[in-house]
Amino acid sequence: MKGFLGLFRRLEGPQTVGRGPVFWIVFAIVLAIACAYPLFSDGYTVGNTVYFFIWVFIALSLCLIWGYGGSLSFGQTAFFGIAGYSYGILTLNFGSAYGFTWIALLLAIAIAALFALLLGYFMFFGRIAGVFLGIVTLAVTLMLERFMAQTAGPEWHIGVARLNGFNGMSAMPPLTIPWPGGDIVLFADIGLYYAVLGLLVVVYLGLRILMNSAFGNVIVAIRENPERAEMLGYDVRKYQLITFVIGAALAGLSGVLYTVWGQYITPSSMGMTAAALPLIWVAVGGRSDLTSTLIGTLVVLAAFQALTIYGSQYALVFMGVLLVLTVLIAPNGLVLGVMNLISRLAVRRSNGDA
Amino acid sequence: MDIATLIFSALYQFGDAFAFLVLSACGLAVIFGMMGVINLAHGEFIMCGAYVTASTVHAGLPLPLAIMTGAIVAALVGALVELVVIRHLYDRPLDTIVATWGLSLIATQGTLIMVGSTMAGVGTPFGSFQVGDYSYSIYRLVLFASALGVLGGLYMLFNWTRFGVLARATIQVPHMAAALGVDTRLIYSLTFACGAGLAGLAGGLYAPTMTLVPTMGATFIMEAFVTVVIGGADVFLGTAPAGGVLAVVKSAMTSWQGQLFGQIGLLVSVIIVVRVLPKGISGFLLRERT
Repeated sequence: MKGFLGLFRRLEGPQTVGRGPVFWIVFAIVLAIACAYPLFSDGYTVGNTVYFFIWVFIALSLCLIWGYGGSLSFGQTAFFGIAGYSYGILTLNFGSAYGFTWIALLLAIAIAALFALLLGYFMFFGRIAGVFLGIVTLAVTLMLERFMAQTAGPEWHIGVARLNGFNGMSAMPPLTIPWPGGDIVLFADIGLYYAVLGLLVVVYLGLRILMNSAFGNVIVAIRENPERAEMLGYDVRKYQLITFVIGAALAGLSGVLYTVWGQYITPSSMGMTAAALPLIWVAVGGRSDLTSTLIGTLVVLAAFQALTIYGSQYALVFMGVLLVLTVLIAPNGLVLGVMNLISRLAVRRSNGDA
Repeated sequence: MDIATLIFSALYQFGDAFAFLVLSACGLAVIFGMMGVINLAHGEFIMCGAYVTASTVHAGLPLPLAIMTGAIVAALVGALVELVVIRHLYDRPLDTIVATWGLSLIATQGTLIMVGSTMAGVGTPFGSFQVGDYSYSIYRLVLFASALGVLGGLYMLFNWTRFGVLARATIQVPHMAAALGVDTRLIYSLTFACGAGLAGLAGGLYAPTMTLVPTMGATFIMEAFVTVVIGGADVFLGTAPAGGVLAVVKSAMTSWQGQLFGQIGLLVSVIIVVRVLPKGISGFLLRERT
């Protein structure tokens, strides 16, 4: 029981912005609004919100690896794609009976994590760091896209699942919960919304605990100065590898949910543009904090979608400009800057009261 | 098919792969080796060179001049980019990756909006010749010669000219070079422009052999990155031997299993090489000197 309470105490700490009753009251209100939201909205809008939430997982994974761990990875989209394809292949072959979709979800994430373990072993134990890490992961991602794009022929199949080249796979079953008297199928509206919202809250709080635990502090110490961390007796390579694998699993979760949501996955979800977008959300939001990454992702996604409605061609140019400007003017991210400002004001006011 | 033609065919494919790797990588390698900056917009500079080459050819310029124009325009764009963006990020290498990626998004999408989804190409000059049962394009030999020429030219530039001496001094100890009166900012600008120009040259040289689309840079960058990662920070001791080794891997895998497996071979070799030689071939060769 005591250990359990200790976990809760890790919900706030030096590595995450937001602490004290005010923050958690706001958190509870936002969560309550998020829970009540489908009651006031139509199925299409809710489905669209699910789409936004799905991307938050990959953004959080990048925040973990890049923001906290200090290693810029372009591989997140690769893990996203691997998990998405794995889910498709598994469910198309074994169907969705007896809640198998959830097992497929876990298996797909495990496959992505395993791939990350293999790749990460070569990179981190070869002491690849900094810009090289980015290049190697990017090369892997692009390679994977090219590989999947050429699997159009009928000879490319796993079991009964055709890979279908550039058109991608489709028609995989949605997540189902086995239930006495008929399975509950989570279609891409209210059902999936609550499932994804629940996962999101669990992942967000879990990452907060992880980053404020001893493990998280070591990760940040490695980001700040790898040599120092090593001199203090930590095996930098292991910590980086574990972070990388956790990040890959989160990106994989994102990929599976994406596949479930749209019931399709294509190679272009692993392409250059697809790899750039999470980077933009995280950079603009504020890569060194979970909360600002979450908010930033949702805001930028909403803005991107709004722009796409008016001129889809210009939306990407705008995203590029936004990224360059963020890097030049607010390297720590816009949302994080605003949040730091708010907390500083709050501190000043409470000091004034005392 | 007798042995001689077989050997010629293998050599030809090797030369083709070598030229592609070296030409697409040297611009990136100059910028990375000299400045430690990874330019993710490298592919877009290549695209820029190719587009300028094609449009000047359409305007009536002979191909060699058009290629030079492409290289020069890319170099000018590179100088501009350095001035506006890169200059402010020298102490944050990871951020240069992010920023140049932003630039690459802007360039690709901007070209798509302004020029359209494709551009009329340029015919491959010189025709072909016959060895054994197969015919080979003469232009590929020109590309191979150009790759060697670029390597030679770079060697001369960095070893025999005043700019080369100043540039190498700036790389080794920037503060000392600055203290001795070298305008390091100018050197960085010129180096970046030089790298961008080399990318433009690669684009111009390959413009007659491929379809001109805004995303054409992506076909080059993977090869370019792989070569630079394996080669390490030095252009001559890194990029050239890495190009040689990778060309063997690529041409062997390509003729065995096809284009894609050539690229997969490259990727697997890069992952293995970074595990064994984290600083690349040049790091391995130069370990005595450091």
